Parts: sequence; structure tokens; C-alpha cells
Amino acid sequence: MNPDDIRRVVVDILERIAPDEDLTRLKDDVPLREQMELDSMDFLDIVMELRKQYRIQIPEDDYPRLSTMAGTVDYLSPLLKGAQAPA
Amino acid sequence: MAYDAVIIGAGMSGLAAGIRLAYFEKSVCILERHTTIGGLNSFYRLRGRNHDVGLHAVTNYAPPGAKAGPLSKVLRQLRLRWEDFGLSPQRFSTVAFPNCTLRFTNCIDDLMQQIRERFPSEIDGFSKLVEHVAGFEVASFEKCKLSARAVLGDFLHDALLIEMLMCPLLFYGSATPNDMDFTQFAIMFRSIFLEGFARPFEGVRRILKVLVRRFKELGGELRLRSGVRAIESRRGRATSLVLDDGQSIEAANVISSAGTLETLRLLDGSDDLRPSIEPGNITYTESIYSLDRQPSELGHDATIVFYNDSSKFRYEMPSEPIDLHSGIICSPNNFEYDRPPEEGRIRITALANPAHWLNLPQEDYEREKIKWSERLLESALRVIPDFRSAIVDTDFFTPLTIRKFTGHLNGCVYGAAEKNSNGRTHLENLYVCGNDQGLLGIVGTLMSGISVVNAYLLK
Repeated sequence: MNPDDIRRVVVDILERIAPDEDLTRLKDDVPLREQMELDSMDFLDIVMELRKQYRIQIPEDDYPRLSTMAGTVDYLSPLLKGAQAPA
Repeated sequence: MAYDAVIIGAGMSGLAAGIRLAYFEKSVCILERHTTIGGLNSFYRLRGRNHDVGLHAVTNYAPPGAKAGPLSKVLRQLRLRWEDFGLSPQRFSTVAFPNCTLRFTNCIDDLMQQIRERFPSEIDGFSKLVEHVAGFEVASFEKCKLSARAVLGDFLHDALLIEMLMCPLLFYGSATPNDMDFTQFAIMFRSIFLEGFARPFEGVRRILKVLVRRFKELGGELRLRSGVRAIESRRGRATSLVLDDGQSIEAANVISSAGTLETLRLLDGSDDLRPSIEPGNITYTESIYSLDRQPSELGHDATIVFYNDSSKFRYEMPSEPIDLHSGIICSPNNFEYDRPPEEGRIRITALANPAHWLNLPQEDYEREKIKWSERLLESALRVIPDFRSAIVDTDFFTPLTIRKFTGHLNGCVYGAAEKNSNGRTHLENLYVCGNDQGLLGIVGTLMSGISVVNAYLLK
């Protein structure tokens, strides 16, 4: 997957977690927590959705790297390099 | 086959726990003794009419689009949309004491204004209290032993105002008499005064049906008429469950929403590691009146009225069969729906003595129900217009009814006085959720199932 695919995967996950949210105006460099009021339970869910869909494990120490969209895409790039982009 | 998790009870907390587990691909089965779901918050049909039990209103209301707060959090965790619960906010509610009535809505400013008018010297203290409660950190698994009345005394001086604020909060969730833990108070204060009341047009069945559908879509298994008779354990672990019909089910983890004490009683009797807990004794009776017109046509517009007949509110097990000094009057019609419900409905709820109702000989039970529901109605007429000529049907439930449908010892409503906030038991893979975790209201109990699963079963 390229960074655009990965961004799309993350947006899909955020859409599942917060279906009432308008994600079209999501800014990649602003913490997700601020834009969507995500709390620690929601971050745990992002991690679990990734595990469910792509079987990747993210250690708790790495959670801070998922605070923005840009950071999340960077972090996931090596982990999802070989994964198939969603249709 | 052994399930990853078996859940005892298909009420709000059990269904929420089940949804989380099924969503993350755990094999999960919910066992429910009754022929229908819901437990304490359920529904039934009688003489062609749909009724709710338990739920008067969903607390923790948040309007569509709200991002913060318990309701939004629960919806996210269950992957539900705001519309799924179909909540309509309340009109207004009151706390009615002799010579003083406080009216409140889902907007705290309205209550502030009422306090400014009726208790002018207390408004500063009340504002500070609101600020304190709003900012109070309720760590989800925290154990705190602080008297709510003691904390209130730091902010307010008028004894009547303190009673009037305590009244709805105690009524809607305290398992302990007359006072509550400040953490619980803060949760209740926010859920009732800062967030507020709402209800789906179709009642609690709307919420339960959404939850069950989601659970089943995700591959969860629900077995009705499947009561658990015993939990078998070995070397500090629960190993299997024995059903009423003798069938045995294996589970890697067990989550029970049956109540802490009720769950521990399912364990092998030789297990002397069981902690001792006293069963709760706060319980209610309720009269449900069907009317031939809307309550507002009779001059009754309030959603919920919390009433008391003196300046001191006593929230405790009454020595009489029913406490006629105080009660709750709820009209499910008086929410802001987009259309009026077909029929009028008024429910009157009052504290009851469990032993009286549980021990009555069967031949006296019906007669006592009629006698006491009439007295209860008369006492409620102090605060609402006389609606007796509009009554077309009546039903009445007692602690006996509650015990039958929930299995709660004493038929109590809010569980044991001692709460198990972290959901753990002395067995490493047996957890409790629901009422006895101390999270309150529909949204709270949903969160209780969610939080136990998140903390222990999904890591």
C-alpha cells in the first residue's frame, strides 16, 4: 500500500468509530484528539481495528505516534507495505 | 466447543459486552434465563398495550453531533449512529417539595435560574458546585469513599436545597440509603442535571432491538430460556457453566451481569474464598396507568416529577409496604417527539419494602397490590392533576416482579450497596458487569459492559 491507500484505511477506521463525524475536512497535521475529541478508548479501537483487518500488532509504547493522521500514515507505511490496498 | 467468552444475562451491559467481543472476532454466547431480553430494563405487552419496565428516561442525553460525553462514547464503542437510539429530549421535569418546586430541563441554565429565584443566597455556591462536578475526574475504575452530603455541605448551606438536589439523584441510582458516594453523585449529577433526560418514541425496546441486531449481525450467539444454575471452577479459574437443564458450557472467560452476590452464589459452595457481600434492599413498586388522552390534556406537562411531602427526604427501605411520602411520576408522553404517542401513560414509582412483597401469601398478593396502588395514586395527586377519570387500564409491579425477571436478591433495583468498580472477582477469568459495577443509567450500564471487555478481554 502507498501512503494514500494507508490514509484511506485510517479514514475508513475513523468512520467506523465515529460514523456521525464529517471526515472530509480532517487536517493531517492536527492531532486527531483535537479534531474529533478521540479519547484513549478510541485510540485503543484504532489499534484493534488495524489488528483485526491487517493482523498487525502495535505496542502500547508506540501509541503516541498515532496522534495525527500524518504520523499514523508514516508509522504504518513499513508495516503495511506488503498489504493489499482495499478495493 | 469452548467459547472465548460467555456472558450471563442479556440486559444492557451483557449485550454491550457481547457486541464488543463479537466485533473483535471473539466467539461469544449470551445466556439469558428469560424468554426475552432486557433484564431490569425490559418491555412487555399486556392486554394489547406495550409497556416499559425499568427505564423512565435515558439519562446522559446529548444532541446529535455532540462529540464528547458518555452517550457519544458508548455509541462509538458500539459502532452505532446517534439515530439508532432515536432519542427525543424531555420537556421539563420538577422536584416538588412542600412550598417549593424546582423545575429543570436538559439545559443547566434553567435550573440555575430557578435556584437564583428560590434560593438567592445559594446561587454562588450552586454555580461552584456545578463547576466542581463538571470538572471532577471520574476515573473509571476508581474507588472513592466520600460522602456526597459532606461535599455538598462545602458548597451549600440551605438544608432544603440540599434535599431537593439529592432527591432525583438518589431515586435514579443510589444503592445506599440517604447518601451516596461522591463519585456516584458526580456521575448522576452530570447525567441528570448537566446532560439530561431523553427517550425513544418506541421506549426501551428500540434500544434493546438495536443492540441485539448488532450483536447477532456480528456473529454473536444469544440463547434465551438458558438460565445458569452453577459456575464450576478449578484452581482459581472458572471452567464451565451449568445451565438450568443440566447442559454444560465451557468458556475461557465468563462475564456475569447477574449481580456480584448473585454471581458468587452460583459458584461451588465449598469455595471459601468468596468475599461476603450484603444484598441491597432499595427497591420500588410501580403503577402504570394507561389513559384515554394525553397527560397534557389533563394539565400535566412535566416529563418527570420527583416529589416528597416534607422538607426532609428519606431515601431508605420503608417499614411500610410502600413509602407514601415520596415518589416519581413519569409520563412517557411528555418528551419532544415528532408525533404524540397513541395513548396517554402515567407511571408512579415509589420505594417499597422488599420483604413485605416477597413474603405475601399468593392469595393476598393481588389484593395488596390493589390496596397499595390506590394509596400511592392518592398520595401522588398532591402534585399532579387528578387523572383518575381518564384511566383505561392499570398494571402494577412489585419487588416480586423485579426478582422474577432479574434474579436480583430482594428484588432490589440498584444492586448491592457495595460496588465492584473494576469488575474483577476472586476468580481470574470471572468478571462482573452491570448494576453492581456502579455505573448508572442505561448509558452507564452499557459502558460497564464495554469497559470490562476493553480492560480484560481485548488486550
